[in-house]
Amino acid sequence: MVIRAGLRVSHSKFGKRFAPVSSAGRSELLLRLQLHSNPESLCLVRAALERATEVLHFSDPDSRAIVRSVDEALANVIRHAYKGRGGLPIEISCSRLWNTKDGGTPNGIEILLSDSGRAIDPKKLKGRPLDEVRPGGLGIHFMKQSMDVVEFHRKSGKNLLRMVKYLASQKPGAQGQGEE
Amino acid sequence: MQISARQSTVGTIFDVAGDIDLAHSPAMRKALLGEIKEKKTPKVFLNLKNVRYIDSSGIASLVEGLKASRDIGSRLILFALNPAVREVMELSRLQKIFEIYENEEQALAA
Repeated sequence: MVIRAGLRVSHSKFGKRFAPVSSAGRSELLLRLQLHSNPESLCLVRAALERATEVLHFSDPDSRAIVRSVDEALANVIRHAYKGRGGLPIEISCSRLWNTKDGGTPNGIEILLSDSGRAIDPKKLKGRPLDEVRPGGLGIHFMKQSMDVVEFHRKSGKNLLRMVKYLASQKPGAQGQGEE
Repeated sequence: MQISARQSTVGTIFDVAGDIDLAHSPAMRKALLGEIKEKKTPKVFLNLKNVRYIDSSGIASLVEGLKASRDIGSRLILFALNPAVREVMELSRLQKIFEIYENEEQALAA
């Protein structure tokens, strides 16, 4: 796994590699990870993200929610987009979001995942009803329950997933900030 | 993840430690289903005190174990869930589906 830390400041949510979906505030790249589609890599990503969320002052439950969401997203890439094949590329970038409306207060974290696996049917990203007690189908539910924004796109042969979690005090509705 | 089994007077206790994720949930699934379906142990306990993380594949393994135990009329009992594991059980709305106890003493007495 390759880890790069950086201070690239961007106003584009998805950078040059991703199609902009929305624009609110600006983002500052904290971490970029390049890994292979091996389940053994997941614990390394979780450890890196746990530290990143601590740096951004997320609460323990919110930190766990972010780590869980990224882990589930990566597991889905490995299991579904790459059909369990190892050694295939996945890229993760993690950025601090700034609220520009109040002069620049950090207000959340944005995580972008990219893979070159087979296209995923968006209809399958809804999760299953939770009143069914059966194995499987929980990962998408965890992500949607845990994050404030979960967006999926397919562009140039790549699956692109964008997830955002706002700091509790900065959530849309708390102070009228954010993008939704 | 490490998983080890010990015997009590009422059943088999699995002590699990570490992360139950995509890389490790197959090992837990194998251990659970072996104990329930092959050995047909009437009570199987899962000590989750030292589990730091569980993902949806780990939850799926637990659900498979639960279904297998119901199929043969045995019991799968969980105890000592830390906040991270408890959160995932609640997100899955499974906290009332599984038998869950605070500690080993309560679980063994159940």
